[in-house]
Amino acid sequence: MVKVKEAAPSGLEHENVEDLKHYYYQMLLIRRFEERTSEMYVKAKIGGYCHLNLGEEATIVGLMAALKPEDYIFTNYREHGYIIARGVPPGPVMAELFGKETGVARGRGGSMHLFSREHNFMGGYAIVGGQVPLAVGAAYALRYQGKPGVVVAQMGDGTTNIGAFYESLNLAKLWRCPVLFFIVNNGYGMGTSVEMGSSEPDLWKKGASFRIHGERIDGTDVLAVRDAVRRLRERAESEGEPAILDVVSFRFRGHSVIDADRYRDPEAVRAGREHHDPVRNFAALLHDHEIVDDAWLKVTAERVEREVQEAIDFANASPDPRFEDLYENMYATPVPNTPGREDALQAVRINRGEW
Amino acid sequence: MPIITYRQALNDTLGEELARDPNVLLMGEEIGVFQGSYRITEGLLQEFGPKRVVDTPIAEEGFVGVAIGAAMLGLRPVVEIMTINFILVAIDQVVNHASKIHYMFGGQVRVPLVIRTPSGGTGQLAATHSQSFENWFAYCPGLKVVAPATPYDAKGLLRAAVRDDDPVIFIESLALYDTKGDVPDDDDYVVPIGVAEVKRRGEDVTVVAYSRMTAVALQVAQRLENEGISVEVVDLRSLRPLDRPTIIESVKKTGRAVVIAEDWYSYGVTAEIAATIQEQAFDYLDAPVLRVAGLEVPLPYAKELSAVSKPNANSLIYAIHQVLAGSSRGALWAK
Ligand SMILES: Cc1ncc(C[n+]2csc(CCOP(=O)(O)OP(=O)(O)O)c2C)c(N)n1
Ligand SMILES: [Mg+2]
Repeated sequence: MVKVKEAAPSGLEHENVEDLKHYYYQMLLIRRFEERTSEMYVKAKIGGYCHLNLGEEATIVGLMAALKPEDYIFTNYREHGYIIARGVPPGPVMAELFGKETGVARGRGGSMHLFSREHNFMGGYAIVGGQVPLAVGAAYALRYQGKPGVVVAQMGDGTTNIGAFYESLNLAKLWRCPVLFFIVNNGYGMGTSVEMGSSEPDLWKKGASFRIHGERIDGTDVLAVRDAVRRLRERAESEGEPAILDVVSFRFRGHSVIDADRYRDPEAVRAGREHHDPVRNFAALLHDHEIVDDAWLKVTAERVEREVQEAIDFANASPDPRFEDLYENMYATPVPNTPGREDALQAVRINRGEW
Repeated sequence: MPIITYRQALNDTLGEELARDPNVLLMGEEIGVFQGSYRITEGLLQEFGPKRVVDTPIAEEGFVGVAIGAAMLGLRPVVEIMTINFILVAIDQVVNHASKIHYMFGGQVRVPLVIRTPSGGTGQLAATHSQSFENWFAYCPGLKVVAPATPYDAKGLLRAAVRDDDPVIFIESLALYDTKGDVPDDDDYVVPIGVAEVKRRGEDVTVVAYSRMTAVALQVAQRLENEGISVEVVDLRSLRPLDRPTIIESVKKTGRAVVIAEDWYSYGVTAEIAATIQEQAFDYLDAPVLRVAGLEVPLPYAKELSAVSKPNANSLIYAIHQVLAGSSRGALWAK
């Protein structure tokens, strides 16, 4: 992990105790959701590519704690935790991973393409960099319509090497779009380290030639993330100043569920899990400050366990999408000469050898 | 003859071509340290070093353009694009530059470049990760597009592609990587670009296919033999140039044709083949040419929906029965 400047130890005296407990609960919820997701993948309940947020819980919860309901979020494909922390119940998220009709994208999107209009969660995007200009566009629309709020363009470190990122920086600054470029710097894009992929490994500096302010923060510290986002969010909203946040975190496992993680030094991975576990560290912090006790931690763990199990049960019990709905939502404006329900059923019969 | 996988055939060939010509180099995301997203380049970084096996950042437009520029000065880059979906961010370099440079500048400079990439979808990869775009490239004069179906052809066509002086789009398939076949190890054979092959002789109907759909067609042909239906399978192997004579010769013999491809139905590869047949073999046809292709949706993630959206053995068998009955009701999945 990249070394982050030592911040003064967070003074918790100004904190709302209920907020702190809620952050912990959310982080643990993401942790267990992802661990159970990995289990469900092995059981073939989930297919396709599946990327987990394990190790990035504080980054996610800190970000969401600073955002307001009117803000919008665009993410990459490693987004289960983001949509949960934004307030979508785990059930419909798990149902999406199971490809069920009750999923957040009605089973059409899957793990990499989660969405919730109601929560201004504007999608997980699986083509690297694809979400970045879209987020700038959403910020452009907010400014155009004179609406409050900002837009977060979440992405990974590796994504800062693609052209769309640089074009987006320029446009965001040029057109004063209230957007935060939120870089989850977990040190790797698949097997490519930041140093291997970026000639400027200090990712927060990548806005320099666009005159975009950047900062590096410790992504395993939920309060540091929250405070930085709050501050930069304010500026983005009131002054139309985009900013880059280089949020250093640690990926507990391989790139995706099926990645054996052979390219990382096992010792470094072990040490990372040991020292940079945001969930465990935050529990210890709260415990040391006597904000929570063992009993509360136990009850919270049980609550999370139950909620994740309920999400799995919900997903299991949910119906699959219906074949006749295959062509539904193809176009928002109806148009002639496009296939419909009967065509779908006919094609399905042929495809399944049921003629 | 040794039996090896399609993956192994590619891996061996890349190694051999690196060893044969110092101007050959590999470039792409995760091809070295990571050993290749689908392990096609496994071991090659260790064997040839980072000068010859170049890991790139996620910057497709940039490194594809770099490869084109390097090719103009005589290097012979073999670029891996992790899957064909990601080539869309580099398509400007391929279509506006690589395909035109030799012709547009009066033949003064060549672009000996290969872009390898798997196309199509399996296993619920969902809308952005399951697409087939080989027809987009096959549409472009100046590019050569090949899509081998067997380990033998994979090896022979990759050799041809690396040694060719034009940009070649080399289409692979995730679902083929583990398939096996005979590949001679003592023979420097080359499969010529632009030449199809009749992979199975038959009398009643011609099935035209390429890549993974050739494998499906061969299975179907085998199955239908028991029902007394004799299927001839033409494996295109190259989409551009397209070997029209081989297709036409087969259809003139059988009088019936079904064309199958994994891409979307409208404006897809099957349309080109079907049009060719009706133009050049109309008088020989005993039934309309039928097409089997992908349903026209951004591929849904849900398992069953995903499965029914791709052409398979069932849809091919259905179309063969239709064409044998002289029916034109094959195109039911279009509208
Ligand atoms: C344009 C494009 N190229 C390649 C890929 C394949 N790919 C998926 S994720 C990934 C690595 C991204 O790394 P990073 O941005 O650091 O995000 P992380 O996965 O670490 O969260 C790559 C290369 C892709 N999805 N899109
Ligand atoms: Mg990363």
